[in-house]
Amino acid sequence: MNLQEFQSKTLLARYGIDVPKGRLALSGDDAQAGARALGLERSAVKAQVPAGGRGRSKGVVLVSSPEEAGAAARRLLGETLVTEQTGPAGYLVRQVLVEEAVEADRSLYLAVLIDTARAEIAILAGPEGSEDIEDKLQSGQTRIERLTLAPGGALNETEALAQRLGLDARLHSSFARLLGQLRTAFMENDATLIELNPLAITTAGTFVALDAKIVIDDNALFRHPDLVALRDDREDDGVEIAAQSHQLNYVRMDGDIGVVVNGAGLGLATLDMIRAANGRPANFMDIRTTATSIDVAHGFALLLDNPAVRSILVNVHGGGMQPCDIIADGLGIAMRRTGKARPTIVRLAGNNAEYARFRFQNFGCKVIDCPDMWGAVTRAVDEASARGESR
Amino acid sequence: MSILVDADTRVICQGMTGRAGTHYSAAMIAYGTRVVGGVRPGRGGSRHLGLPVFDTVASAKADTGANASMVFVPPENAAAAMIEAIEAEMPLVVALTERVPLQDMIRVRDALKHGTTTLIGPNSQGVLAPGVCKIGVMATGGERSGHIGILSRSASLTSEVTAQVSAAGLGQSTTVGIGGDAIHGLSMRACFELFLADPETHGVVVVGEIGGIEEEELADFIADSRPDMPVVALIVGRHAPERRRMGHSGAFIEGARNDAAGKIRALENAGVIIAESPHLVGETMQRALLIEA
Repeated sequence: MNLQEFQSKTLLARYGIDVPKGRLALSGDDAQAGARALGLERSAVKAQVPAGGRGRSKGVVLVSSPEEAGAAARRLLGETLVTEQTGPAGYLVRQVLVEEAVEADRSLYLAVLIDTARAEIAILAGPEGSEDIEDKLQSGQTRIERLTLAPGGALNETEALAQRLGLDARLHSSFARLLGQLRTAFMENDATLIELNPLAITTAGTFVALDAKIVIDDNALFRHPDLVALRDDREDDGVEIAAQSHQLNYVRMDGDIGVVVNGAGLGLATLDMIRAANGRPANFMDIRTTATSIDVAHGFALLLDNPAVRSILVNVHGGGMQPCDIIADGLGIAMRRTGKARPTIVRLAGNNAEYARFRFQNFGCKVIDCPDMWGAVTRAVDEASARGESR
Repeated sequence: MSILVDADTRVICQGMTGRAGTHYSAAMIAYGTRVVGGVRPGRGGSRHLGLPVFDTVASAKADTGANASMVFVPPENAAAAMIEAIEAEMPLVVALTERVPLQDMIRVRDALKHGTTTLIGPNSQGVLAPGVCKIGVMATGGERSGHIGILSRSASLTSEVTAQVSAAGLGQSTTVGIGGDAIHGLSMRACFELFLADPETHGVVVVGEIGGIEEEELADFIADSRPDMPVVALIVGRHAPERRRMGHSGAFIEGARNDAAGKIRALENAGVIIAESPHLVGETMQRALLIEA
């Protein structure tokens, strides 16, 4: 779960980490009043979307009066912001953060993250903060220092890190304190990433997080109901949310073949095969082992309701708790309920594959039964292209 | 012969009394696996599926002589269950649980450093030595006994690939689902080394996917060690849906080395034969063995 900037900063402030004073605004008037109430002349007006790369995409505007803040907010709100991290659809800007423009002496890059390859929590720090740090790093214009948290999260060698970053000796103790605060925030919230970039060192010699990104481990949200409450799913795909509530992992894609699988690996394999056969998937739908036939029916209904879907490919290898007949029942119920149909190519293997064929007959479902995977894929591609305009 | 398990493997199930634990324990018993008991704190002294239930892994191990444990407890308690088994010095732990938090897995990996346990998973489909021992949730019926090792990061694709290898007329020494999570126990490379050391394994099928660097690590190992058996790899996710990214840091750690094309290139350079499509794994291995022979 990606927190937005204002949410990240609120969370970090609870751990004693300094952030610029600012206010969330839903309208231009709000932004103007907010800037005035905070006594800000120079301020930054920042689009709140859950992705990075906003600065380069004009999602951050520097202004020098409350009136200008209002005007900038009016321009940003209602716009769709596309950055290199949002994907082509971008995000609708519904809120902006109006924030004090902080005078910085210099800025740093600082992040805490899980290094999955080494199964460690690592702190990464760079001597300069910037939005294009990735490019600068690749071209050798800057560097990143690394510190590994010892088991249990113990923090050592902060002094050496401060030296490597070239920090003034007077800043070392406050830098160590900041790292400690970050570490605690990271661990207490099951974060997988906290990134402060840029992290300003002010003329007064304090550290202030000018931007903050936090990613929380979705698998740990059961421990953090307070964070779940922050989720703003207005920008999420309604279909994806509906599928999620029925034990289905669903990702929308832009093709015309509806894809239903059980398991992520089998799903990725199926998408690869569809592309290899010159077809285009409309979605990725993975039935989790906990899904019931009713859940599966809801999933199929989502595909049948989607006018872009010209054929449906079901590629299932039945296991113990999720045998093939549950999928067959789900499809049967969906076709009965919606009264809709599409050419549906079914490739079933594993537990209860035979019984599933019997269930299809019982429901009166017309499906195209293909015993082999490649045959099923090519058939689904053929059926879709037979029903589409030439591509 | 098989790796990790054999006819002497005696299994307990942590979480046997739950719905899934009951279902899969029963299926394992039906397959012929020597399931010798279960663990469920608070239920010690009772019986389930006709087997004794214990409060702790240590007491179950002492009483039954178990040398393997299957972890089938919910995500919130899964790490504690794995650590309990590691501390009880269970030689093999197979964790099936999905959605274990990453920070919990960092603690588990730390416990592994101080113990003697081999951990498979979490989010593993299990370990299957055809006709000998099944620990896990995989569909059976498609497997057959033979000389191909299968090592897979994907749970769902494992049964598929196993059935395909059988359909190509090749049996398996062992199929191992090492687990799809970013942080897990036995690595691809370590599992490959077990197959390499097994005289009955004459070829290995590797099923990998996008993300992480394990395929690249395996490629480096194969390039160095030049194994005298064919290795066929299937890497899925060439056309995975795009994921939205938050910050820059992931790239600093993993670099560009985790897309499908990079993994395929690394393995190919190491002399691994790439199965061009998921449906070609079985016949690719069949051809590779003929060339070898």
